[in-house]
Amino acid sequence: MAEMMFWEAVRRAHDEEMARDPMVICMGEDIGVAGGTYKATKGLYDKYGPERVIDTPISENGFTGLAIGASFIGVRPIVEIMSVNFAWLAMDQLFNSAAKVHYMSGGQLRAPVVVRSPGGTAHQLGAQHSARMEKVFMGIAGLRVVTPSNPRQAYGLLKSAVRCDDPVFINEHELMYNLKGEVPDEEYFMPLEGSEIAREGRDVTLFGYNISVHWALQAADVLAKHGIEAEVVDLFALNPIDREGIRQSVSKTHRAVIVEEAEPPVGVGSEVMAIINEECFFELDAPPVRVSAKNVPIPYNHKLEKAAIPSPDDVVRAVLKMFGK
Amino acid sequence: MNSSLKNTLSVESHKRLLREMLFARRFEERCYEAYVERKIGGFLHLYCGEEACAHGVIEAARPGHDYIITSYRDHIHAIKSGVDPKAVMAELFAKVTGTCKGLGGSMHIFGVDHRFMGGYALVGGPFPLAAGIAKGIKMKGGDEICICFLGDAANNQGTFHESLNMAALWELPVLYVCENNLYGIGTRIDRSTAVVDQYKRVSAYNIPSRQVDGQDIDVVYDAAVDAIEHVRSGKGPYFLELMTYRYRGHSMSDSNAYREKAEERRWGERDPVIILRDRLIEAGEMTLDDYKKLDHEILEQIEDEIIRFAEESPEPPLEMLEKYVLVENDPWVRGGAG
Ligand SMILES: Cc1ncc(C[n+]2csc(CCOP(=O)(O)OP(=O)(O)O)c2C)c(N)n1
Ligand SMILES: [Mg+2]
Repeated sequence: MAEMMFWEAVRRAHDEEMARDPMVICMGEDIGVAGGTYKATKGLYDKYGPERVIDTPISENGFTGLAIGASFIGVRPIVEIMSVNFAWLAMDQLFNSAAKVHYMSGGQLRAPVVVRSPGGTAHQLGAQHSARMEKVFMGIAGLRVVTPSNPRQAYGLLKSAVRCDDPVFINEHELMYNLKGEVPDEEYFMPLEGSEIAREGRDVTLFGYNISVHWALQAADVLAKHGIEAEVVDLFALNPIDREGIRQSVSKTHRAVIVEEAEPPVGVGSEVMAIINEECFFELDAPPVRVSAKNVPIPYNHKLEKAAIPSPDDVVRAVLKMFGK
Repeated sequence: MNSSLKNTLSVESHKRLLREMLFARRFEERCYEAYVERKIGGFLHLYCGEEACAHGVIEAARPGHDYIITSYRDHIHAIKSGVDPKAVMAELFAKVTGTCKGLGGSMHIFGVDHRFMGGYALVGGPFPLAAGIAKGIKMKGGDEICICFLGDAANNQGTFHESLNMAALWELPVLYVCENNLYGIGTRIDRSTAVVDQYKRVSAYNIPSRQVDGQDIDVVYDAAVDAIEHVRSGKGPYFLELMTYRYRGHSMSDSNAYREKAEERRWGERDPVIILRDRLIEAGEMTLDDYKKLDHEILEQIEDEIIRFAEESPEPPLEMLEKYVLVENDPWVRGGAG
């Protein structure tokens, strides 16, 4: 096991898959000569050349569609969209073409394309650069959505996504590229479905994904001092989402808090609550709670920005309240 | 000045424009410092080197009457449109006295009182918005026009072609100004764009277009007067390409390592502020000492008035967070006025 940064893990997965299969290409804005905004493709242009490491024009819907078309006949593209805020522009091709072509062709065509893109609220990037779009992507039938919370997952999910014949959207986070973590030295493939228990506990389950796993873990540390043993479940797959994993953990702890960076309507929180309702309602000792962002566009002012998104403290407060403390 | 120019500016206008452009340069440089001091956050895109573009075009327009819209590189367009530079700086400092009460930030300066319709962060987003404003102008029957400033790389968005087609089809009063600084972040134009001359790309829509030097304010002004006349007279859209260069990185997080020093030097020698300054000096209208004095005054004004205002202004209150999500007190939310 070696420690590496999140961006290095993503880069390593690219490199290995490109070395293995000449049909694997990567494309996006400033990913080639410049090595990518977050260095996820650093050095690959020199290694694999401009036919396979492609600097694109600023034409998100166009180059995503081009990648999807290429994937129809055997190319395995990894598309980087510089920020999820720009992925709004590519949603037509992603949703109308990639997600549906297998189905509407009666199984004749596949779109094995990977689209990676970082989202989240970073440092005062303002309303048009702070979207959290997982909630949008996870609701589209035919599109897989995964979202790594650490370098190991980032590496293993991309490795599997490239090999998988479905279109996969990988939701990364702008603030997490320098996060360090252990990554196996040998090749490693993560399943594209399921969840991981990031911390075992018996009193309450904190569901998180991507950055909110870290908030949940921090909250769990604090809660332990209050005598509450929180279990943290990392929902690294959002579509399909791990119904069975959710059921098992709630059946054990009997309480659930969902921690999400996005606004509450129609999101991971509401989805997990619905699943709890459907799968294990009678296991509950208390109504589930979600800790979400405020339902607002993200403001520029730092103080307001911080107030707009949840913090580990908010999670602690929500849990203590649930326990009547 | 230059005898090949049709529309010329008076000496008084030249002197004022020199002041405005030098002010713009110093304003942006001060933003750079404030960013390093962490007074400004987020993404910050500076306009140094491109001053003659916004100043030449807006000088030929009617600010406050014509509508102006642009990208994230928007401070100077706002100021030249009439927005108070104090409010722009206060916005960058995330203060409640800012143009958008601290909610917008550098990429989103708005000044609707001055018909400055805002800066937008999504590349290519303003193309159709400008066409829509022009549609509104046409419906209302006024003689305003809409001017949309965007970069060269933005022209690779579908919205560019979609908007040009609609603007031409419906003869909308919109002037598209392409500030061609040869780069979209780190990608040089010939690596992203099949046809490097942007003005040629609009001929497919039968839209008249022209490419001129964007470093010489007289050339920009001259071309803009003609372009604006065309649009205002009801003949439909126009596309003006200004060849320019940014003197700093794309944004503060850009290393700028991809550009060759020789290229930077070449464009550095065509500094729009210096071109106008030397023109005035050659004409005997100003001395180098006058210029230095002017510079000094501007620096003082920025420090004493603008930075101070931004520093001393309060931050927006926490209640503001949820204030402008939806329109307040709209009776139709309840199904009517009653
Ligand atoms: C839809 C979209 N894609 C990508 C970006 C990231 N981005 C911001 S500015 C920029 C380059 C734009 O270049 P250009 O249009 O030439 O304007 P300039 O910055 O040179 O003034 C890119 C790729 C974005 N903001 N929006
Ligand atoms: Mg440019």
